[in-house]
Amino acid sequence: MRDTGKHTETLQVATPSDREIAMTRVFDAPRRLVFDAWTKPELLRRWLGVRAGWTMVVCEVDLKVGGAYRYVWRGPGGDMGMGGVFREIVRPERIVSTEVFDDPWYEGEAVDTLVMVERDGKTTVTTTVRYASQQVRDAVIASGMSTGVAQSYDVLSELLAKGG
Amino acid sequence: MEPLGYGHISAERLDATFAALADPTRRAILARLASGQASVTQLTEPFAISQAAVSKHLKVLERAGLISRGRDAQRRPRRLEVKPLAEATGWLERYRRFWEGSFQQLDVVLDELKATQNKRGRTAQDKKRRPRKRR
Repeated sequence: MRDTGKHTETLQVATPSDREIAMTRVFDAPRRLVFDAWTKPELLRRWLGVRAGWTMVVCEVDLKVGGAYRYVWRGPGGDMGMGGVFREIVRPERIVSTEVFDDPWYEGEAVDTLVMVERDGKTTVTTTVRYASQQVRDAVIASGMSTGVAQSYDVLSELLAKGG
Repeated sequence: MEPLGYGHISAERLDATFAALADPTRRAILARLASGQASVTQLTEPFAISQAAVSKHLKVLERAGLISRGRDAQRRPRRLEVKPLAEATGWLERYRRFWEGSFQQLDVVLDELKATQNKRGRTAQDKKRRPRKRR
């Protein structure tokens, strides 16, 4: 369902296959600008993973097939880093890259596919992460569980407080 | 705080999940199943309790919808059911929050880029055929 109403655009998270997690979001800007914001370090630093208490301290992007990217965030809990290699680049509509975290909680390499579609000056971005197997994908989703039940309980109580 | 954007979790379902997660053995079983399905025998191995006791825990987990049984009639391997667990642990919710937060920042960045581009567009028109400067 395409909704171009005036309300804030919503993020859709889905599991299109048993190995994937996909996200879709509409941005009120032409594709060329969204592509720039997604690939130029000086712009990426200003939004990717930047939330309360978190800043991006390393942002390197060598945007070519076989080129590498590397991101490091610094937050209250320490540093979190990740990176990968670009496999496919079609400006300004598609990027395929690998994804590896410094401190991986899942096995194997994940592959990210970023697709941008422009329509009436707005851009729909879909990013799909494909994991090595269904077990890995499920383990990623379940990671909140195995990394600490106390944390899960916090989230549960949050859910309960919100859901009533 | 943003409202929950996906699914609807009933209080009953959460209660069952909560009760199932409250036991350390059951949490260990779930952690084990997170790395792949396993038979009751395999699941019993790491624990100093009987297979019957493990089966009891498995029943609780199954009732809570956290695990299911595979098709293999002989081994009846147990599998982790991701959906209720994801709902309960809020992993997808945290994932969503990370990206929601990022994308709200990106909206701001894009608004600025659009404004800059419009300004440049006008400047370029004013100055006619002068090539636009690249950043």
